[in-house]
Amino acid sequence: MSFSRRETILMALGAAAATALPMSARAAIEDAIAAFTDGAEMAESGITLTAPEIAENGNTVPIEVSAPGAASIIILAAGNPTPGVATFNFGPLAGAQAASTRMRLAGTQDVVAIAKMEDGSYAQARQEVKVTIGGCGG
Amino acid sequence: MISRRDFLQASMAASAMVGASGFGNWSKLAAQQALTQDQLLQFDTFGNVSLVHITDIHAQLKPIYFREPEINLGVGDNKGAVPHITGAEFRKLYGIEDGSPSHYALTYNDFSALAQTYGKMGGMDRVATVVNAIRAERPDALLLDGGDTWHGSYTCYHTEGQDVVNVMNALKPDAMTFHWEFTLGQDRVRELVDGLPYAALGQNIFDAMWDEPAAEFKPYQFFERGGVKIAVIGQAFPYMPIANPGWMFPDYSFGIRDEHMQQMVDEVRAQGAECVVCLSHNGFDVDKKMASVVSGIDVILTGHTHDALPEPVLVGDTILIASGSNGKFVSRVDLDIQNGRMMGFRHKLIPIFSDVIEPDAEIAALIDEQRAPYEAELTEVIGQTDGLLYRRGNFNGSWDDLICDALMSEREADIAMSPGVRWGPSILPGQDITREDIWNVTSMTYGRAYRTEMTGEFIHTILEDVGDNLFNPDPYYQQGGDMVRIGGMGYRIDITKPQGSRITDMTLLSTGEAIDPAKTYVVAGWASVNEGTEGPQIWDVVENHIRNQGTVTVTPNTSVEVVGA
Repeated sequence: MSFSRRETILMALGAAAATALPMSARAAIEDAIAAFTDGAEMAESGITLTAPEIAENGNTVPIEVSAPGAASIIILAAGNPTPGVATFNFGPLAGAQAASTRMRLAGTQDVVAIAKMEDGSYAQARQEVKVTIGGCGG
Repeated sequence: MISRRDFLQASMAASAMVGASGFGNWSKLAAQQALTQDQLLQFDTFGNVSLVHITDIHAQLKPIYFREPEINLGVGDNKGAVPHITGAEFRKLYGIEDGSPSHYALTYNDFSALAQTYGKMGGMDRVATVVNAIRAERPDALLLDGGDTWHGSYTCYHTEGQDVVNVMNALKPDAMTFHWEFTLGQDRVRELVDGLPYAALGQNIFDAMWDEPAAEFKPYQFFERGGVKIAVIGQAFPYMPIANPGWMFPDYSFGIRDEHMQQMVDEVRAQGAECVVCLSHNGFDVDKKMASVVSGIDVILTGHTHDALPEPVLVGDTILIASGSNGKFVSRVDLDIQNGRMMGFRHKLIPIFSDVIEPDAEIAALIDEQRAPYEAELTEVIGQTDGLLYRRGNFNGSWDDLICDALMSEREADIAMSPGVRWGPSILPGQDITREDIWNVTSMTYGRAYRTEMTGEFIHTILEDVGDNLFNPDPYYQQGGDMVRIGGMGYRIDITKPQGSRITDMTLLSTGEAIDPAKTYVVAGWASVNEGTEGPQIWDVVENHIRNQGTVTVTPNTSVEVVGA
């Protein structure tokens, strides 16, 4: 098989684009986390994230998050080109610091939820949600 | 030296339980080569509650041959653990003598020869005899159906499940959960469930729009048996809209939802349940993990992955029972429940040797009644086979190779793909292949055989995707099928690698050339989960191919190299 110069250049561009996306997405999630926490340490407990292990439809993935004592919670999709999904702020009259929503996932990735507590501390929960082609279930 | 059986008893005593498995007797009988119905059914009634479990019947109302897997690999924590032990190692683990009936029923070796000696297994008329015998000893025994019941045969397809429903209703189960039933389409499922004289359960069957429990399926049902308040919680197959066509049941959402399972366990315990049974279609490894995450379940009756285990598996204080598939086995579990606590159990995996267990006359007549309108079509001989046709196993079986050959020749394709389902009875060397036999391995409501073009890269993506459904080290990410079967192409799989790097060395068998990621190949397959798939029905494709062959020749398939097992 022989490639024309033009085809070769196009392939090279394709390869570059393919590797560029995850790197920028990784940077984007780190930026988003840093912007919310200001680089503070995060506890691994105190927040519960409920998400499906495997998405039934990557275009509308239901999730729930709950963090008693939270002032606000952000939801991030670590592998989406734009990781920000939602920020929930809870006022003093909120009955429960919990929320549910649906999100779109570009592919298999971690969903991250971070709560900022009323005392200024942070807690995070993370779960991988798989987006699959499907079929072949026995 | 402490024997395995002593150890099992000891560990149960340590957790304040005493138990016994009926397997010892069965294996001794096997050694004597003396099988009688009384011996197969022999069971010293124990405690105050009896559970009878059947699962994954796949509409096999008549006795069948069914070869158990040769390759059933476990990954992560389940590497080398049951049910991922096969053949001679399985026999060694359970003390099964070579050549015995249990060797034939539970392992793959010498299957064709042993089948001549021990005959077909299963048949719902024989299952009825066993159920009636248990009810004679314990009239209020609970009969629980783990699902995959209304799918998998010619008559089931043509009656949209009605034939199996009629037969099962006559067996009078107490509850059922679901998987392939939903591929009848949500309207038909609702129609059948609406008329069901027993509980249709699934704590994880949710309304897709509102993300709350679906109204048509209760999460659990209470039973008062032997003075004990028992809650049976249903768990449907978690990945239905992913593994099967979601467009056929768009109103429903599933998932494992173990946090909701815990809520249900807490709820029934708060309502006074003294014994909690989970009737599950999760698959064995998923149930094993769920048992370690959810507390308060006494017994999980597992289904979906078609494993038959002669002894329960203990996870914490929960016992897991695996009752096989296709009607080959019935599990009986007797429990001693005292003051809301399981104090002990006795278990037996009862093999349904169809030549040993007398068919129940009433059910036999009912089955024949369902089949009568279709008898001529069912029994038509299409061809013969010179070798054993089987499917079960992580990679290609000979039935799958035959289906892939049919797809490539009838649809003029470079490469064929056939779904890694675990159902489909076996055909012995020299046996006729009837139309019923073909339908038993192909029948489904989305069986169109497509013909399309795929790049080498996309074929690789598909293999990686399906491979991760099977070999992801976390059971919650496993869907419980086997690897997609490939015709016309070889590959190497390293099951220890992560998704994206398991599959290498993809080779087009016709030329011996490596698959080019950028090149386009003609691929024929069936069982696409996409709506609007076009093509002839797979059973017609396979029938034409077998008719053209006359006698089908089975050759060993060496095109998949497995690493890391």
